[in-house]
Formats: sequence, structure tokens, C-alpha cells
Amino acid sequence: MTDTPHAAASGPRHRAVELGAAIAMIVFGALIMYGSLQVGIGWGAEGPKSGFFPFYLGVLIILSSVMNLVTATTQDPRQIFADWSQLMSVLSVVVPTAIYVVAVPWVGIYAASLVLIAVFMMWLGRYGIAMSAAVSIGVTIATYLMFEKWFLVPLPKGPIEDFFGL
Amino acid sequence: MEEIVNLFHGFAVVLQPYNIMLMFVGILLGVIIGVLPGLGGANGVAILLPLTFGMSPTSAIIMLSCIYWGALFGGAITSILFNIPGEPWSVATTFDGHPMAQKGQAGEALTAAFTSSFVGALFAVIMITLVAPLVAKFALQFGPAEKFAVFFLAFCSFIGMGKEPPFKTVASMMIGFALAAVGLDSMTGQLRLTFGFTEFLNGFDFLIAVIGLFGIGEILLTMEEGLSFKGRAAGINPRVVLQTWRELPRYWATSLRSCVIGCWMGISPAGATPASFMSYGIAKRTSKNGDKFGTGEIEGVVAPETAAHAAGTAALLPMLSLGVPGSPTAAVLLGGLLIWGLQPGPLLFVEQKEFVWGLIASMYLGNIVGLIVVLTCVPLFAAILRIPFSIIAPIILVMCAIGAYTVHNSTFDVVMMLVFGVIGYVLKKCNYPLAPMVLAIVLGDKAEEAFRQSLLGSQGGLGVFFSNGLVGSIMALGLIALFWPLIQSTWTRLRLATAA
Repeated sequence: MTDTPHAAASGPRHRAVELGAAIAMIVFGALIMYGSLQVGIGWGAEGPKSGFFPFYLGVLIILSSVMNLVTATTQDPRQIFADWSQLMSVLSVVVPTAIYVVAVPWVGIYAASLVLIAVFMMWLGRYGIAMSAAVSIGVTIATYLMFEKWFLVPLPKGPIEDFFGL
Repeated sequence: MEEIVNLFHGFAVVLQPYNIMLMFVGILLGVIIGVLPGLGGANGVAILLPLTFGMSPTSAIIMLSCIYWGALFGGAITSILFNIPGEPWSVATTFDGHPMAQKGQAGEALTAAFTSSFVGALFAVIMITLVAPLVAKFALQFGPAEKFAVFFLAFCSFIGMGKEPPFKTVASMMIGFALAAVGLDSMTGQLRLTFGFTEFLNGFDFLIAVIGLFGIGEILLTMEEGLSFKGRAAGINPRVVLQTWRELPRYWATSLRSCVIGCWMGISPAGATPASFMSYGIAKRTSKNGDKFGTGEIEGVVAPETAAHAAGTAALLPMLSLGVPGSPTAAVLLGGLLIWGLQPGPLLFVEQKEFVWGLIASMYLGNIVGLIVVLTCVPLFAAILRIPFSIIAPIILVMCAIGAYTVHNSTFDVVMMLVFGVIGYVLKKCNYPLAPMVLAIVLGDKAEEAFRQSLLGSQGGLGVFFSNGLVGSIMALGLIALFWPLIQSTWTRLRLATAA
């Protein structure tokens, strides 16, 4: 992580992200306070009610985030968070992984993992089909043996595993 | 005396062939975790924790703590050969370790690093053996107010001693506490903060948070940097090892000082990373060759490595004796205790003797095994680093997903893992510390319980936290830690004023 301000590159401003993070935390703190009020923050039959402790957590979150918000406004407005090409490489991990985690309940973790590894290698690593297939199938089989056979931890399976009767 | 007998019982447990095998497996996995970017001690242990659900707690903790030692050793390999710290605490090792490798002294640097790590760990383990039972015995008398005071002290030291902006630490920590509060309130049995979502009934598991924040977040950071590894060849042979070992005793003073710094920083939750920097800084100032630091001085490798390993090990002392972990990885181990049905805290020393002393004995043996493994297998581990990131990254992603799933056999947790990952990436870039958040998620319920029980006893009066000398002094220490930056700056200003 480099903090050097490179004004020439373009990308979202670091200050904007800081402000956004602080505001999101203020909203989160307010949510916690609201939820605590729902269950009661006073003194009940068995001592402090359920919302007592979290309510003050919410207060502290909001107070500290307001301080962070104020500090963030004094930051150099030219400094960028990351340039667009860097964010693209981050997204190139986030998007396939998001599809992967959504797919896991439907197709099982093995098939999804196999595809994730292969796609990753072919798309980002520019490997050939043979190499990608070898690594992804190898890793999947190794995972299967390690978890299901050796440590006896069952992982989610889908129609493909059913077809093979695993 | 009783401790010595217990320790030997511990060795007897550890020396069972099955446990020795687990030890080797743990060290190997640990070094791999330490070497790979995106997998660190904390989330490496978190991912592998489900593998141990079927084992006895003692075997499980032996394997997991060995993963931890392995990760501590592994960080040094990447720092020296590739100038890429595999772990934050090995950043200071790159300053002199990598220049040594560039001069063709990679073998010497690695030997010095591993040996120093070993010495640091050994020092800390001996300290734990002697001190932990006493602390535990003392802590047995703690009531709820004292317990809360200990939590208060731990969290205040994060705020006052951390290098991140204090208000960011507070925000991050309180969010952790709030996440821990979601779900069933263990004291009243009432549901809270779920906002009607059944997925939140059980609250947020810290293991998911660890895997997301540290594992996925780290991969995203690595992707952004667009890492390409350019490493130095790793050659270690017995001649180099022996030669370096002959040279090392010369730095005994640095070593001893680093051990003490490491132990101190490890017990207070400041952790291994600041310990390594502090030790390096002090060594640089006091050494005869201080001006040559940064160009490949062996002393510049000894100092940070000794301190980091001592701190990493010492972090287990408060975890074992008080139930307050000194580092994120110790927090994950503590979470493991809860899952295996053990109650962390001083009672462990009374009720789970075999477990506690098995763990302490495995610290001795694990570090010896670790030293042997890393000295003999360096080329192998260096080869792992040469595997391109586009192959490693998806495999780590899959491992994280499996780890997240197996915690509760829930696919929703896998989604949460990714959410935590993205949050972790943004927070890390905005300089929010993640360790306090994780520790707060782990300890949230216990801290809240102690707090509410104390208030229950006092009918709501906050005076209970200053009601006797013990609890009052722990709270006072906490307040000092909290306002340490202010105290320090006032002190220097006063001194300047009197000097002028």
C-alpha cells in the first residue's frame, strides 16, 4: 500500500472514500442505537436490559466517526484512493468471487471452485486450457480427499456430485 | 515444583506419535501460510480450525499453535529472499535481511532469522511456563468487575499504543463489539439487533470476520499492488548454518533486549508488529554498527525477528491465564477453545491441566520442530513463492470459502466472508486497524457479561469499577494506556518548558 499522492493518475479521491467510510459508520451506529432502543436500554427485572450495552456502543461509534469525518475533511483533496486500473484488478477478483459465493449453494462447492480456479487462471493468468484444467481439477480432487476423506468434514455438494454418487 | 511435574505430563502428551505428526503437519502448513501472500497467521488458523473439530482439544491446539509458529517462521523467508513481508511483523526483517540476500548472504540471513525467532520464542515460552500459572492463580479471585477491568485495560492499550489514529481505533473496535452483540442476548435470552433477519439470529462469527477481513481483504490489496515476485536464490547448507551460529552469540545483548521487548509488547496487546519495529529501532541506536543498519547487518535481522517471535508467543500468556488474547491469532485460538467446549480463563489451569500443559509443552517442542523444518526446507518454500499469483489467488479464495463454510455449515457465511473482505480492503486502505475489531467480536459477549454483572451487583453504580484497590488500579492502568499519547506529549512539553 503506497500513500504517495500521485495527482496525475485518475481515480476516486482518497478523501471521498474516507468521508464515505465515516458516514457509513455513523449510519451503522445509528442503526445499532435504534435496534437497542427497540429492546430497551433501561433497567429491567434482571438488571440492565438487552439494549443497554449496545446503545452506548452506538453512541461511541457515532462520536468517533464524527471525529474521523472532521479529520478527513482536512486531508489533501488531490490524493487518490487507487487509480482506476488498480480498482479494475480488485474488481476482477471481487466479481468472480461474488458469482462464486452465490453459486455455491446451487452447484456445490467443488464444481464452483473448479470453475473459479480455471476461469481465474485463463482470464487473469492467460494460461492455456490444459494447464488451467490440470490445476483446477487437481486442487478440487485434493480438497475433496483432504476434507471428505481425511478430516471427515462434509462440504456442500450439488447435482454434479450426485451424478457421480459422491 | 508442581509446575515442573505438570510440564513433564505435558511433554508425555505431546510426545505421542499422533501429536508429533500433527506438529509437523501444523508447522508445514504454517510456514506455507506465512509464505503465501493473503494468508496470514490469524486467518490461516481460522480456515484450518474446522479441521480440528473432530480431534481432542489437546491435539487440536497442538496442531493450531504449530500452524501459528510456522507462520511466524515463514514470514522471514519472504522478507529476506523476496523483500516482500509475508506478515506485517516481518516488515522490519526486510530492512537488513534483503540487502544481505542481495549480497549473496541469503543463507546467513535466513539462519540468523530462524535462530533468532527460535531464541525469542523459547524465552517467551519459559516466561509463560513460570508466570502463567501465577497469573491464573491470582486471576481466580477476580469478580465480574475485575474481569471487565482486564478487558478495559486490553482494549485501552489498543487505542493508546496503536499507531493508527485513536478515533479510528475506537470506531473499529466499537463496530466489533456491536457485531458481537447482534443475535441472542445470552443474559436475558432476548433477541436483539437482528431487524427481523433470521440469518442474524446467531450473530456474527468472528471466524468469518477474520477470514474475510484478513484473508479476502489481503488478496484484494495484493491484486491492487499487482505483485510480481522477484526472488533471490535460497541456499542453506550445514556449513553456513554452523558458521552463522558461531557468529550469533556475539549479539547476545541485542537478543536479550529484543526478547524482553517482545514479551512485554506481546502481553500487552500491542503485538508482534510494533515489537519488531521497536526492537529494530533500539538496536540501530545502540549498536556499534548502527549507521550500517539497512545495508545488510546481521544484527538488524536478529533484533526484529527475536522480538516478533517473542511477542507472538507471549501473546498466548494473557489468552491462557486471563482469557484475553494478545493478538488476532491468539483470539482465533481462543475461539477454538470455545468451540471445543473449553472455557478460556484462569480456570483452565485448574480444570484442564492436560490441555494447558500439553499446549505449553508443545510450544517448546513445536519451536524446535519448526527450526528444523525451516532450516531444511527453505528451497521448497521459496519455490512455492515462485508460483504465479494468478494460480495462488483463486486457490486461496477457495480455501477461505471452505473455511468460512465449515464454521457453521452455512453458505450464508460464505457470502458474509466476501462482504467482510471488501469492508476489510476499504478499511485497511483508510488506515483503520482491523485487529481491535476482531478482538472485540471475540470478546464482546464476555466483556458485556462482565460489565452487566458488575452493574447488577452495584445496582447500576459505576463506582463498582473503583470499589477496591485491585479493580481500581487495573482501571487506572487502562485509563493511563488510553490517554498515553496525551500524557506523553504533555510530559515532553513540561520537560521542554523546564529546560528552557
